[in-house]
Amino acid sequence: MKDVRAVSELVEPAKTTRRGFYAAAIYGLWGIMTAALGLPALMYLIVPPRLRRQSDWVDAGDISQLEEGNPVEMTFRRNRVDGWKVTSEKSTAWVVKLQNNRVVAYAPQCTHLGCAYHWDQEKDEFICPCHNSVFSMEGKVLEGPAPRPLDRFQSRIEGSQLMLGPLRQAEPAA
Amino acid sequence: MKNRLVALGDWIDSRTGLPSGIRNFLYEEIPASSGWHQVFGSVALFLFLVQAFTGALLAFNYAPTPGEAYNSLRYILTEVTGGRLMRGLHHWGASMMIVVVVLHMVQVFLYGAYKKPRETTWGVGVVLLLLTLAYGLTGYLLPWDNRAYWGTVVTTKIAATAPLAGPYLTRLLGGEGAIGVVTFARFFGLHVLMLPPLTTLLIGVHVFLVRKHGVAPAPGDELLPKKKFHPDQVFKDTVAVFAAFAVLFTMSLAVRVPLEQLADPTDTSYIPRPEWYFLFLFQMLKFFAGPLEVVGAVILPSLAVLALILVPFLDRGQMVKVTRRTVAASFVALAILGWTGLTAAAVISTPKEAAEVAVDYSAPTDWMQLSPEEMAGVAYFRQENCASCHAVGGEGGSNIGPDLALAAIRRDAAWLIKHFKSPSGMRPGTSMPPIQLNDAQLNALAAFLLKLNPDNATALRHAPEFAVQGALVYQRGACGDCHKLNRGGIELGPSLNGLAKRRSRSWVEEHFTDPPKYSRGSFMPAYHFSRKDLDNITSYLFAAPE
Repeated sequence: MKDVRAVSELVEPAKTTRRGFYAAAIYGLWGIMTAALGLPALMYLIVPPRLRRQSDWVDAGDISQLEEGNPVEMTFRRNRVDGWKVTSEKSTAWVVKLQNNRVVAYAPQCTHLGCAYHWDQEKDEFICPCHNSVFSMEGKVLEGPAPRPLDRFQSRIEGSQLMLGPLRQAEPAA
Repeated sequence: MKNRLVALGDWIDSRTGLPSGIRNFLYEEIPASSGWHQVFGSVALFLFLVQAFTGALLAFNYAPTPGEAYNSLRYILTEVTGGRLMRGLHHWGASMMIVVVVLHMVQVFLYGAYKKPRETTWGVGVVLLLLTLAYGLTGYLLPWDNRAYWGTVVTTKIAATAPLAGPYLTRLLGGEGAIGVVTFARFFGLHVLMLPPLTTLLIGVHVFLVRKHGVAPAPGDELLPKKKFHPDQVFKDTVAVFAAFAVLFTMSLAVRVPLEQLADPTDTSYIPRPEWYFLFLFQMLKFFAGPLEVVGAVILPSLAVLALILVPFLDRGQMVKVTRRTVAASFVALAILGWTGLTAAAVISTPKEAAEVAVDYSAPTDWMQLSPEEMAGVAYFRQENCASCHAVGGEGGSNIGPDLALAAIRRDAAWLIKHFKSPSGMRPGTSMPPIQLNDAQLNALAAFLLKLNPDNATALRHAPEFAVQGALVYQRGACGDCHKLNRGGIELGPSLNGLAKRRSRSWVEEHFTDPPKYSRGSFMPAYHFSRKDLDNITSYLFAAPE
């Protein structure tokens, strides 16, 4: 049996290598083309676009009336780069004056699943109604499923105006 | 392990029939004479798949409404990773598909492969050619730049001249009145929703018919032993597909597809030209004037298509060797000659983008009175597409925002600049997006708007592009810090009004590169502009009144 195959290979060695070459070339060329189209396509879809402009600092409002330990939800407009558009939209931030006169601005979404939380005047806590996450005035998670403290805006004070910059994600609690 | 794989293969085959179907397809018997001349069909199919793929990807970042379409395409080109490549592939792929489909037809024609029993295969092929052209026609509008807009104006007007069907065709294309949102939606719908499934269906029928009748043999070939499609012919097809792909990919990387300025229905200077493969039709139209126009625009092309479909019924002779088909060969030669001649004539007659700009003094020239800063404001006005929402002096705009010739005059520069930066801060509830320009640029825009009134609003439309671009170069080079032009700037150096009378164009151009060499004692710094900037600023300075 083995001998028979050897003989047939001896008779047509050129034909078998030719067939092998064809198959290799077919797979190789289609492979190259698939890669040349597929890789850029993948990058096109998942690499974030080059940002031509960063979101600016915005004036969130006057904080001269802000009382220590009494968080206020401030409303302001900010520009958001949204694909090919820049939209001016209404935004809010929870602003608190802490004990050492530091002013902190929290993003208005719970760090769990993004629900809007509110300040409970009686308990002195931020409470998220969705899954009962509770945060302290300093933004720390007191109860519930929230994985990390409240996210803060970068902020600075110019005169009596509070200026807000980009959002900074808080580190998850250890 | 191997046994398991075989078992898995058998299982899949028994449940789906897919592997044996593919095998059946690959090991189709083809005539002994098959070879390199029969690769074009596969290449055309491959290019169609590339178009479908890149088209779908483009749609992921594209907003199909006028204005938005332009902005989103600009976003694809300038910000999305690989966006320029995707658009390049789609653009050049379209051209390439036309070339390959025509080559495929010429091959079939020359070899007489349309003859009995393959008349329907040929007929479906002709319809596929028409569909390919329809993609070109409808896709042309989708960037919504000036080229797209004006090209489509002409297309819909031609469709309107069709006898009897004209008005209905126009309504179908949404081209009644002016090109607008309806036209755009119709073209988009045709291009991405209607044509692709239709093409897929017809390609299926086409391939089915090829399988049913078998690949056409050469005469005298019928009795020779057949060979298999795989691997010999598959290899040849693959090499051809790869060559086409290599050319397409290189072109997409190397040749930039331009995006012109946003479609401007008030632009009276734009000269529309169709895509290169339609140039012969465009040129032919020039031979038919007045009432005969319909002959060149509709009747002749329709007859040509009809003749193409009827070819197998007109030529019913026995199949003969390609070398003996002198009539067919001379017919193809004539067609190539005619096409090349008409296309060449069209290319030659296309006015070059003039480097030496002739200023049209017969048109309103109020733009010449604008200071360089105001003129640069015109540039930002156009760049930011203000006219897509605002009318100016009752012209253009969709009246989303107020007429700027009436509104801006009641404000001061400080208010305008604050408003540009944060529209809703100054006018709560406005839908105007903030303008992302730096302070100097916003100053220029405000300066121009303050100058606007219903009487001089036309300056905006008449200011030629070279002057607007020239003013931008003027601003960037801070020329106004030392020169006066149209009352703007400080007069340390000579006033630039009337420069055209004092100096030659070449003197001015060379002077930029080495001022002290040409004007003794000059402390003007040297400027090394790009060729285009140099043309624009020189033309701009030369157009200034004395």
